[in-house]
Amino acid sequence: MPQTSFIDIITPIMVGPSSSHTAGAVRLGLLARNVYDARPHKVTFRLYNSYAQTGFGHGTDKGLLAGVLGLAVDDVRIKHVFDLPEAKQIAYEFEYLEDFNRHPNAVDFIFEGDLNMFVAGDSVGAGEVVIRKINDFTVKFTGKFNTLLLVYRDVPGMISRVTKLIQERNINIASLHCDRYAKGEEASMCICLDGELDEKILKLIEGIENLYLVRYVKKLEH
Amino acid sequence: MIEKDINSFEQLFNACKIANVAIYKVAQTREAYLSEKTEDEVRNIVKRSLDAMKEAVRTGLKSNELSLSGMCGADCERLQKRFAKKHAVFGKTFEKITTYALATSEENLRMGKIVACPTAGSCGIVPSVIIAVSEDFDIPEEKQINALIIAGEVGRIISNKVSLAGAVAGCQAECGVASAMSAGAVAYLLGGSTRQILNAVALAMKNLLGLTCDPVCGLVEIPCVKRNPFLAVHAITAVELALADIESKIPLDEIIDALEQTGKLMSPTLKESSQAGLAKTKTAIALENKLFKK
Repeated sequence: MPQTSFIDIITPIMVGPSSSHTAGAVRLGLLARNVYDARPHKVTFRLYNSYAQTGFGHGTDKGLLAGVLGLAVDDVRIKHVFDLPEAKQIAYEFEYLEDFNRHPNAVDFIFEGDLNMFVAGDSVGAGEVVIRKINDFTVKFTGKFNTLLLVYRDVPGMISRVTKLIQERNINIASLHCDRYAKGEEASMCICLDGELDEKILKLIEGIENLYLVRYVKKLEH
Repeated sequence: MIEKDINSFEQLFNACKIANVAIYKVAQTREAYLSEKTEDEVRNIVKRSLDAMKEAVRTGLKSNELSLSGMCGADCERLQKRFAKKHAVFGKTFEKITTYALATSEENLRMGKIVACPTAGSCGIVPSVIIAVSEDFDIPEEKQINALIIAGEVGRIISNKVSLAGAVAGCQAECGVASAMSAGAVAYLLGGSTRQILNAVALAMKNLLGLTCDPVCGLVEIPCVKRNPFLAVHAITAVELALADIESKIPLDEIIDALEQTGKLMSPTLKESSQAGLAKTKTAIALENKLFKK
């Protein structure tokens, strides 16, 4: 039996009207923002299925943009996000699609700027979210754990090099997920942690050879 | 000893009995232990939710702004005007419960700040009863926090078996569970014993089995908003019966089994997919066509 928490039942404090379609949208936006970790010139949001159909009445579009701009789920400015100065500094666009191979509440973020990036995720109910894809790589993280994301060249020993540094700090790994494009090509690693990584260890990790991208995505507050 | 394996109401009852403490105490000790926080830290989180609930009521009572769809948002104002002219037959506490529930629920759909308790669509039920009863019976904040902990613990144990989502188990698992959580909280506020509190939960839950989730236009508005004051009052009925030692003949854990089974047997068309029930009435379809300009 999972060890559930009563706090989960009497939270979150959030802006309505829907935990999956509003709060979930904000949280997906926040995670995508942290994965991109730069200032985009333009963001295209692709809303699928139920997100596309009922998004208007639930403020899903506002939630997604608010998240990308860094607003928290209980920020009352979400309602007027399109009028915020932050929103006027980037270009954004919404596309509404139907694809029943995707989750009912699925969204893609297409970031354009000095770095281009694709991030996809689902809002899986009660405000819980999962990021499923970054560029071509399958990942799986929820914002409930501090998460280390790495894209690297598929060479032997990468996992042990990274996990050794984490283990030296006595930080427990909650889950680890790897994926690769092809042998010896680009690969990805997604590590959810019970503890926190400091600047020093992140610098050491960034110093590992054959790494293309390192992102440390902190767990969401709400 | 800290009892951390509490996955059924029977286990909760026994843990209270063995340690000779109230439900909120068992729940907060367990929560603190498992989340590696102090009990005070846990209570502070609960207080933050309680404060946000009160703020949502205050804000909601003053507003008549419509939702994004324009379908709902002005009913709390109507109800307050009515009570200003003529008091409710059931008295002042009834007036507060129904207006507070509507105020919170309408605040939710106009993108105001609320507490999802357990969900956003059912956010008016638990706050309305805890706040209204506490005001009218001069209940101090510490006891209000205890009541909210009990509500949360009830929801948590139910959620071990049934996902609290309309899409999974219908509205019985959202507003229905909110009403059961409320019954437990209010039974405590009015001095109920552990047995009476759990019995209030059982009576409220039992009477809502089978409630479907068929929102018009797929939005958390019709029938969700008005369902909140109805099921808040429903919780009070359960409390009054329970405090009179009227017992549910079916034990609470078995009622939750029935909730789970009913959720599984409920047609997917009646579980938040807006493919049947109220959502496919003539008027609902007309509203849908107007809203989405098909």
